[in-house]
Amino acid sequence: MSVTDVTPEPTAPPEPGTRRTRRERGRLRRSFDRHWYAWAMVLPTVAVLGLLVLFPLVQGVYQSFTNLNESNQRSEICTKVLGGAETCTPNPHAAKFVGLDNYIDVLSGHRGQFWLQFSNTLVWTVSCVVLHFAIGLGLAVMLNRNMRGRAFYRVALIVPWAVPAFVAAFAWRFLFDQQFGLINAVLPHLGLDPVEWYANRWTSLFTAITTNVWLGVPFMMVALLGGLQAIPGELYEAAEIDGATPWQRFVNITLPGLRPVSSTVILLGTIWTFNMFPIIYFVTRGQPAGQTEILVTGAFRAAFEGVRNYSLAATYGVLILSMLTLYAGIYRRVLAKQGEVF
Amino acid sequence: MSSPRAIEVLPEVAGPGPDRGTGRTKQVRRRSQRSPLASLALHGTLALATFIALFPVAWVLLSSFKPASEIRSSQIQLIADPSLDNYRQVLFHTNFPSWFLNSVIVAAFTMVIGISMSALAGYAMSRFNFPGRRGLMWVFLLTQMFPVAILIVPIYTIMAKLGLIDTKASLVIAYCTVAVPFCAWMLRGYFDTIPKELDEAAALDGLGPFRTFWRVVLPLARPGLAVTAFYTFLTAWGEVAYAIAFMQTDDHYTLGAGLQQFVPQFQPRWELLTAGAVLITIPAGLVFFIAQKHLVAGLTAGGTKG
Repeated sequence: MSVTDVTPEPTAPPEPGTRRTRRERGRLRRSFDRHWYAWAMVLPTVAVLGLLVLFPLVQGVYQSFTNLNESNQRSEICTKVLGGAETCTPNPHAAKFVGLDNYIDVLSGHRGQFWLQFSNTLVWTVSCVVLHFAIGLGLAVMLNRNMRGRAFYRVALIVPWAVPAFVAAFAWRFLFDQQFGLINAVLPHLGLDPVEWYANRWTSLFTAITTNVWLGVPFMMVALLGGLQAIPGELYEAAEIDGATPWQRFVNITLPGLRPVSSTVILLGTIWTFNMFPIIYFVTRGQPAGQTEILVTGAFRAAFEGVRNYSLAATYGVLILSMLTLYAGIYRRVLAKQGEVF
Repeated sequence: MSSPRAIEVLPEVAGPGPDRGTGRTKQVRRRSQRSPLASLALHGTLALATFIALFPVAWVLLSSFKPASEIRSSQIQLIADPSLDNYRQVLFHTNFPSWFLNSVIVAAFTMVIGISMSALAGYAMSRFNFPGRRGLMWVFLLTQMFPVAILIVPIYTIMAKLGLIDTKASLVIAYCTVAVPFCAWMLRGYFDTIPKELDEAAALDGLGPFRTFWRVVLPLARPGLAVTAFYTFLTAWGEVAYAIAFMQTDDHYTLGAGLQQFVPQFQPRWELLTAGAVLITIPAGLVFFIAQKHLVAGLTAGGTKG
């Protein structure tokens, strides 16, 4: 193994490797002698990531600049001639490079329903994350008190988390079923009319959000409970002696004390929810008429339903990734401004 | 792009986790301070939340024992002609057993590959400050952010070129894109909790870094390994997007894609779906509750639910 075999991974701080002076090489050599085993340890993982993540990622970005779809993915058309031989000619309609056409079409609403799906994604993500956090925090604060049956409540409230997401999706679809669902069976007893949940965009989204809130609250609750238990009790005692009301204690001790945890779970929760595929796909199924697709499910349907439009889906993928990266960057900036290091 | 402390915040999250739930909290709130009314409100709210959390599960379980005609009736009954017919139907007259097996195989392979590939990387990131470490950590975090949408198409076209579509291998490969960085991230967190002095002692005894890892650290990290393995298994077990896109024949489906067959747009067979859902949730739930005590510790540092 020579020194050059172990170039720092692409993620490493850029080594000025273009001008290899003698001193430079000496430094690399020293660094290699000291770190070779660490690099050897991460090498398999890095190789897998390069092969399975980086390479497809580059390919996906490239595909978004082509007009690749099911019908033009072959680069050659092969016809069998008599005698069993094959003659292959280049496919005249093969996928070709089209530059920014896909992006222009998608963002101008020319193809697909990007902006409708984008607005659905916003409504879906914001309402889910806000509800997850608010309900999770409320339950965590309650569970953080001494009382009878606390252990029971804690276990019972985690149950939804133990249910695989797609099962939960089917279960709620069953509850919301327009004909046989329990919810429509109960409504008349409350003096209300049964609702055609999947006939209207907002009621349809409501069912999906309900499902996801049910599914996601336990994680938030447990994470925030861990954060609450890390807040020193002396702070509360001191506040009590100073005559702070429970509300003041909550705002001035609990919330700031939870900040490291909450900043992490909100960032993660947003990203997870943004990319949450099974709930929308199985609960609303895009009903009515594709009006409740979010970007992730929209991309999936573009890629695997009807005439498979790989390039359109890849374009969606690039746009989604850019948005998330932007969001994470802004989020970190904002936190850094508040003196929070994430 | 990152601050070194970024990573250091996360273990705090993992601090005294909820596994101390049975212990006393540090907050001094004497019970006598709570009026009976407040007590009632507290228990009332928690009882309501518990009911909401458990009810859908209970309803699906109860419905799974009902005949199809009862599920379609407009009467609300908790129990009606209970029988195991739906389970018999699902287990013996549908492809459910092979879906189940496929899911288990794919999830098990993903778990083994994920853990074995990334344990060393996690250890290296926990112990050595090598050039590229921080960048690597960020790559691991970023991969958790990738939507399925961006990788699914290129991976699909690559698999199609390799002729792997409709095989379990294609799913295992696809899941590794998420599982490997996830496991490395989680395991790094667990290795961080093992005192460095042990490594130093082992080094004094003349063990090299690899043998230190193998002989000293790995045995101590067993609980962490188990939890990470469990969680990786559950994630792969519950994934549907790749599973629907890659699998094309009925007996190759995994559970997510298979269950969909029971509830088409028209004339859904809810009686089969509920029975199937119960059969899936019981093992998944058991695994989850074994692992959950230790789960949150590492989880807030990246995860893949969904």
